[in-house]
Amino acid sequence: MKLYWAKHVWAALFLLPLAAQADITPARQQQLLYLLRQDCGSCHGMTLQGGLGPALTPQALSGKSSDMLRTVILYGRPGTPMPPWQPFMSESEAAWLVQQLLEGKAL
Amino acid sequence: MIAERQQRNVPAALAGCLLLWLAGCATPRGTGDLGLVIERAAGRVQVVNTSQPRSLATIAGLGDLSHASLVYSRDARYAYVFGRDGGLTKLDLLCRRIDKRVLQSGNAIGGAISQDGRLIAVSNYTPGGVKVFDAATLEPLADIPAVYGNGQHSKVVGLVDAPGNRFVFSLYDAGEIWIADLHDAKKPVVQKFMNIGKLPYDGTVTPDGRYYIAGLFGEDGLALLDLWQPEQGVRRVLQGYGRGEQPLPVYKMPHMDYWALAGDRAYVPAVGRHEVLVIDQRSWKETGRVAVAGQPVFVVARPDGRQVWVNFALPHNDTVQVIDTLTGKIVQTLTPGKAVLHMEFTPRGENVWISVRDDNRVDVYDTETFAKIATLPAQNPSGIFFTPRAHRIGQ
Repeated sequence: MKLYWAKHVWAALFLLPLAAQADITPARQQQLLYLLRQDCGSCHGMTLQGGLGPALTPQALSGKSSDMLRTVILYGRPGTPMPPWQPFMSESEAAWLVQQLLEGKAL
Repeated sequence: MIAERQQRNVPAALAGCLLLWLAGCATPRGTGDLGLVIERAAGRVQVVNTSQPRSLATIAGLGDLSHASLVYSRDARYAYVFGRDGGLTKLDLLCRRIDKRVLQSGNAIGGAISQDGRLIAVSNYTPGGVKVFDAATLEPLADIPAVYGNGQHSKVVGLVDAPGNRFVFSLYDAGEIWIADLHDAKKPVVQKFMNIGKLPYDGTVTPDGRYYIAGLFGEDGLALLDLWQPEQGVRRVLQGYGRGEQPLPVYKMPHMDYWALAGDRAYVPAVGRHEVLVIDQRSWKETGRVAVAGQPVFVVARPDGRQVWVNFALPHNDTVQVIDTLTGKIVQTLTPGKAVLHMEFTPRGENVWISVRDDNRVDVYDTETFAKIATLPAQNPSGIFFTPRAHRIGQ
């Protein structure tokens, strides 16, 4: 019984991110990437090389945890111009964007 | 003798015309009703005619124009385009082609042309500072690194020209305003003003070139420098306009493109508030504020000052509002489309051109009737710049 649960918890842990990603339709993914390039791009640069805000390239983000990055996207960074983007996207959408950024697939 | 010389000049003149024609130059014409529209994602610009709203040509190959601005040569034939990737491109509006192009830094934000028209200054984020170029050749002349504190470089914003062949700019990270005197283009003399306020995000100069004003992101207020009496230092105006209230999130930095002046009153975007602030320019005190649809980005006055047009950050970036400066009331709310990025008036203000980025259009409105009178297709258009800027201080 114990083993049975453990198996399912593990399965759930591994499958959850996939499930979250599967929820984001290709059309929505395109919207998110468009938002990233055009609107995040007004501070971070359309090619994400940085502007008034820092660069968002995989090199620039290396060593930063995806949890932290997702939190910054959703809730902003007080004391800086980075606003909370939570009105425009869900947690799983922010997580998906972070994944794209870290893997250099955002461009 | 005279006849002979004329005869000899005929082939030369013909060759000249042929060269112009080969270079794609149109028949001789002025440039006063021309302009440029940035197509930000495509790295292109369109040359446009404002007399009969239409596109004349497209010039490609300008690099990353995601945050592009430009200034005009004083003959209004050439434009200097400042690209995000540090590209400085000199365009020929008559021949409709790139005249010269250099990559002058890693990451640029804007630029200015000197009073005498001979110098181009570019403000850079990486490495932070200002570089000065020969306007004719784009040869580098001077480098002014924005070094502050313990040797850090600051991003530079709000670079404008001022009388006396000076350039004035703000250091975003350092909270400083610098005046660079370029009487000797190779030896700039820099005057620095410290502690002008937190995070100046942009700056502009009054149309007479007297006052430099930096907008502050890190606090409620503006930093003001009287360029006639710089020894008096920078003072803070409109301090605490947020009244201690929690600022609203800002999804796009406001811009101080050109000082919006109507009579004695100036109109500026509030930061973190859905308001346009009205300033009495004699006392530099707030005389009122206008509640608007969202976070203002551009607040621009029609050339006669009777109207002020405002566009907004996300999520209100489909809207444009018009303030009647006589009554201080909003007289028109337009929804041109998705992501309105910029507005530019024709030289005397009968029309305004509006770029609608996500709908891939530039719309032309009659400013008296608010009717849309023309639409031009453009790919992700952003900045619109007409040649009368060539003769305005600070543009």
